[in-house]
Amino acid sequence: MSYLIEKRTFVLPGDLLAEGDYHAGRNAFKDSNKVYASMIGLSDNVGRNVYVVALKGCYLPRAGDMVIGTVVDMRLGNWSVDINAPYEAILFTNEVLDRPFNSRREEMTGILDVGDLILAKVLSFDRTRGPALTLRESGLGKIVHGSIVRMTPTKIPRLIGRKGSMINMLTRELGCHITIGQNGVILVSGKNPKMEALTLQILHLIEAEAHTSGLTDRVTELIKQEKSGEHGEKSSE
Amino acid sequence: MAKKAASEKLIRKGVRTDGRKPTELRNIRIDVGPLERADGSAYIEWGKNKILVAVYGPREVHPRHLARPDRAFFRCRYHMAPFSTAERKRPAPSRREIELSKVTRVALEPAIITELFPRTGIDVFIEVLQSDGGTRCAGITASSIALADAGVPMRDLVVACAAGKIDGQIVLDLNEIEDQDGEADVPVAIMPRTGGISLLQMDGILSPAEFKEALALALDGCKQVYERQKDALKGAYGQADTSMDEEGDSVGGDTHE
Repeated sequence: MSYLIEKRTFVLPGDLLAEGDYHAGRNAFKDSNKVYASMIGLSDNVGRNVYVVALKGCYLPRAGDMVIGTVVDMRLGNWSVDINAPYEAILFTNEVLDRPFNSRREEMTGILDVGDLILAKVLSFDRTRGPALTLRESGLGKIVHGSIVRMTPTKIPRLIGRKGSMINMLTRELGCHITIGQNGVILVSGKNPKMEALTLQILHLIEAEAHTSGLTDRVTELIKQEKSGEHGEKSSE
Repeated sequence: MAKKAASEKLIRKGVRTDGRKPTELRNIRIDVGPLERADGSAYIEWGKNKILVAVYGPREVHPRHLARPDRAFFRCRYHMAPFSTAERKRPAPSRREIELSKVTRVALEPAIITELFPRTGIDVFIEVLQSDGGTRCAGITASSIALADAGVPMRDLVVACAAGKIDGQIVLDLNEIEDQDGEADVPVAIMPRTGGISLLQMDGILSPAEFKEALALALDGCKQVYERQKDALKGAYGQADTSMDEEGDSVGGDTHE
């Protein structure tokens, strides 16, 4: 006997997703020959791989992910970074500098200090040790200006949209730089403070309504409204 | 004399002290995610019981040596607020609270997939704000909702409900007076998918036949509570459109994979 739940059904932990020759994907598990959900979310499947798109969850680092973190501690030769994951990330000095670090001649605080925000990339993570980060790639490094927004990490893909549809639209319409950390931390920086504030507002809207349909259209509409309102103000002045 | 005899009766003309029928649950109201700063939270009103549950984690464990290399370390704290009882309760954890913390942990742990988060810790804090009997069941029920709200992967939700014996009759979901003056109390927690029992206690005296009857009644009560649990979670998250258009497709579309 074979059974498969309809795509995009709202499921709770323990709900039956499929029975028979199916594999348990993300946020799902298998018990004898049945696949069940392990998180609150929306069911989906690609062929025989059945999974759940979680509506809330914590961030698990993966190699190659771009993340935004806060430096929380410093030891000889490395920094500890809070990347909003269950595990504290580690950043070695040789992943920051392109030359050997000489502890006799320079201070680590001169490079990064506790409390600094950084945009980094996850080098490796295997759950036996904390995830390792690197800054040795273009665009990575200390964050010096902009605003930070936090979002449930599971909703980040929605913010990006299919093939980047949502994020491309946002950057185009708002003229702000939006840097997405896969760990649910988003950096917004723009020249116009008004636009930056609007971007923050829109990001909060996306988080609240991530699972509803027609979101991109509604966001586009909102941006248009806000923009015209702003122009209206200017012309009346 | 007659007055006293009347007050001692817990069931009169088939109606209990709070107006319920013998196999009737109290009213249950569940609120998902009332606490902004917790990873997951739930508030439950079960009759006159009022309980707030907060879940934190998976996160780093402190003290560090408690971390397990193969799974998450799961902790529970059941605590009654000093103002939660008729007589002021001293705020320090009592023998009873330590026991209830332990049974709650054991009741919830089999449902959580702790292997996914080695070396981390998951904490559950149960704070009883007002108590009227059956707080451990209400606490377990609310905890499993808070865990689901926190996005902790679980094999199943956990539901709990008690049955007991008052005035020689097996009844469902005892309140404080019935618990105090009744003959027995049997709290049960189950994982409804498999029907596995993760908590089973008995306080008082029951014959084997009576115990079976009480257990069956409690299991029936659990199934009713499970429906409330599902409704609460659906109410909180379930605006999710089941007929999402092309746009909704990209939820978790793995654009970064």
